[in-house]
Amino acid sequence: MANDILVFGELTEEGRLAPITFELLGAARRLAPALGGRVLCAILGAGLDGHSQEAIAQGADVVLLADDPALQEYQGDAYVPVLERLVREKGPAVVLLGQTIIGRDLAPRLAARLGTAVAMDSVEVEVQDGRVLVTRPCYGGNARARYSFNTSPVIATLRAKSQEPLERDDSRQGEVERVAVNVDAAGVRTRVLGRVKQKAEGVRLEDARVVVSGGRGLGGPEGFQQLEELAELLGGAVGASRAACDLGWYPVSAQVGLTGKVVTPDLYIAVGISGASQHMAGISQVKNIVAINKDPEANIFKASRWAVVADWKEVLPVLIKKVRELKEAEARR
Amino acid sequence: MALHIICCVKQVPDPETPASQFRVDEAAKKVIPAPGIAPVPSQFDTIGVEAALRIRDALGDVKISVVSMGPDSFRDAIKHCLAMGADDGYLINDPALHEADHWVTAQVLAAAIQKLAPFDLVITGRQAVDWDMGVVGPTLAELLGIPCVTIAKDVKVQDGKVVVERVLLDGFETVEAPLPAVVTVSNELGEPRYPQLRQIMMAARKQVTVWTAADLGLNPAQLQNRVNVEALYIPETKVETEFIEGDTVEEKVDRLLQRLREAKLI
Ligand SMILES: Cc1cc2nc3c(=O)[nH]c(=O)nc-3n(C[C@H](O)[C@H](O)[C@H](O)COP(=O)(O)OP(=O)(O)OC[C@H]3O[C@@H](n4cnc5c(N)ncnc54)[C@H](O)[C@@H]3O)c2cc1C
Ligand SMILES: Nc1ncnc2c1ncn2[C@@H]1O[C@H](COP(=O)(O)O)[C@@H](O)[C@H]1O
Repeated sequence: MANDILVFGELTEEGRLAPITFELLGAARRLAPALGGRVLCAILGAGLDGHSQEAIAQGADVVLLADDPALQEYQGDAYVPVLERLVREKGPAVVLLGQTIIGRDLAPRLAARLGTAVAMDSVEVEVQDGRVLVTRPCYGGNARARYSFNTSPVIATLRAKSQEPLERDDSRQGEVERVAVNVDAAGVRTRVLGRVKQKAEGVRLEDARVVVSGGRGLGGPEGFQQLEELAELLGGAVGASRAACDLGWYPVSAQVGLTGKVVTPDLYIAVGISGASQHMAGISQVKNIVAINKDPEANIFKASRWAVVADWKEVLPVLIKKVRELKEAEARR
Repeated sequence: MALHIICCVKQVPDPETPASQFRVDEAAKKVIPAPGIAPVPSQFDTIGVEAALRIRDALGDVKISVVSMGPDSFRDAIKHCLAMGADDGYLINDPALHEADHWVTAQVLAAAIQKLAPFDLVITGRQAVDWDMGVVGPTLAELLGIPCVTIAKDVKVQDGKVVVERVLLDGFETVEAPLPAVVTVSNELGEPRYPQLRQIMMAARKQVTVWTAADLGLNPAQLQNRVNVEALYIPETKVETEFIEGDTVEEKVDRLLQRLREAKLI
């Protein structure tokens, strides 16, 4: 219906509903009263049993299941027409997707096919005087822009962790609708020839409660060994600035920021990172930042709860030693 | 036959402008250019030109056209790409388009690309580093009715197909698409080459073809923006920073750890 909100339910590689889906459902649920509509969750994939109940428990009123082997993996050419048809049929006022590898590809193409606009990488969706407004960071995180829309539906991708999921409630009721999928194989022009995965060891960066990140100030890849040591002691993961990744000091998959990953640890330790807006875009939800930087004017300090003005080469060995002592003392207790 | 690659290039305020010098005019909803800091070609767009040049390095017979929509000052971005090694530059400069949103921009660029047909590959940046939107590339693919591969770290042309290494969260996938296609590129592709002085001088002499909307068969009155910027502002950061004091590194570290333990963070 014209007041509904349709959420694109994204799956993880293991085929479970992804955390971003719960965040989108949370946002949609909060938006629904103002629009007077329902929350629909469209899930595209293969072998989707069990997902509906979970989506309903997380806030969906109606789950639309497009279950077909042709949708096993994301292919824009397969997904775009299926979602386009669903949106045309259901006529929602708002379509929400995650700002993920898939959302980045899918949302603009869906918008183009529907002849409507899309706001990417948004952090807020609201209704004011009956109008949908979407707020998003721009200029590398230096500024924020709020948009209104002249066409319907409003499509927005939301940044990971920008929205609170609801408390899971298994007593929630909802409908499940299986939708027919006719993927035209000839319409799928792209072909995946292969995938290379960098094996992530230890805690995943996106899930880590502690992240220790290094930047150009480390002066070389060696410094990252110390960061790894510290991260391991703290049960955390290692991140990096783009400068460090571009220099080949650390894998790109560890890049934090606008064009890297968004992380939300309880504690973020930035070592030799200047705090460019594009880096800060990846940690804007982090409350506890410790920065170690030898430049007292470094921008990172403005967003840091604790600032250590020093050469990391002097600080880190001492920090690692003392944290190890602490942990050993704890272990003995 | 020569391969024709079209690179879409935008000019933007220098994204490395220090945060302290970044200002916006909230009434006009525009960024105020930082004094003394010249605008630059959008970083991912020069990476796109680099991708095109690498294809030419590999195949030889490749023509590279650069297309930009914007005011006359965008010429500098085009010239930079010509100096990098692109062959021809096209600027769509029409006052009626200066407030174009992403939708209108894509319509106009699609018309320009069609005017430059035949073409084999359209390369855009993953996002323009002003509004960080990332929609024009995929929108172009839809408008032109051709395949799209986003966020590339490597682009090759082989046997009439484009073979792209596409960045994933933890690795990459190799995707093949028939030509013509649109590819959007990311920084993982590598640094764009920097023009030599001799190339800059040669590029300075090259003509940039200028088109208006009418030259593309478009009527600006029919190109309605899909979105309105209602507000543009600098978000506040409300953090009280404690500078950890101490005469020695040991003291500083002790104090830091004390704070972290008080806050139950370690
Ligand atoms: C479109 C775009 C997207 C981008 N996306 C991202 C992104 O996703 N993530 C990202 O991180 N960046 C991104 N960037 C890059 C960003 O603008 C910065 O260039 C980058 O973050 C800088 O990395 P850095 O802080 O490691 O290096 P620098 O800015 O060079 O800072 C190094 C810091 O180390 C300090 N230092 C040096 N030596 C020592 C020492 N011995 N001890 C302690 N401190 C020391 C220096 O004082 C300095 O503050 C992007 C840029 C653009 C244009
Ligand atoms: N005005 C423009 N002129 C030429 N290319 C553009 C323009 N706007 C966007 N692009 C291209 O589209 C890409 C994505 O832009 P955007 O969707 O604005 O983030 C950019 O990296 C450019 O390659």
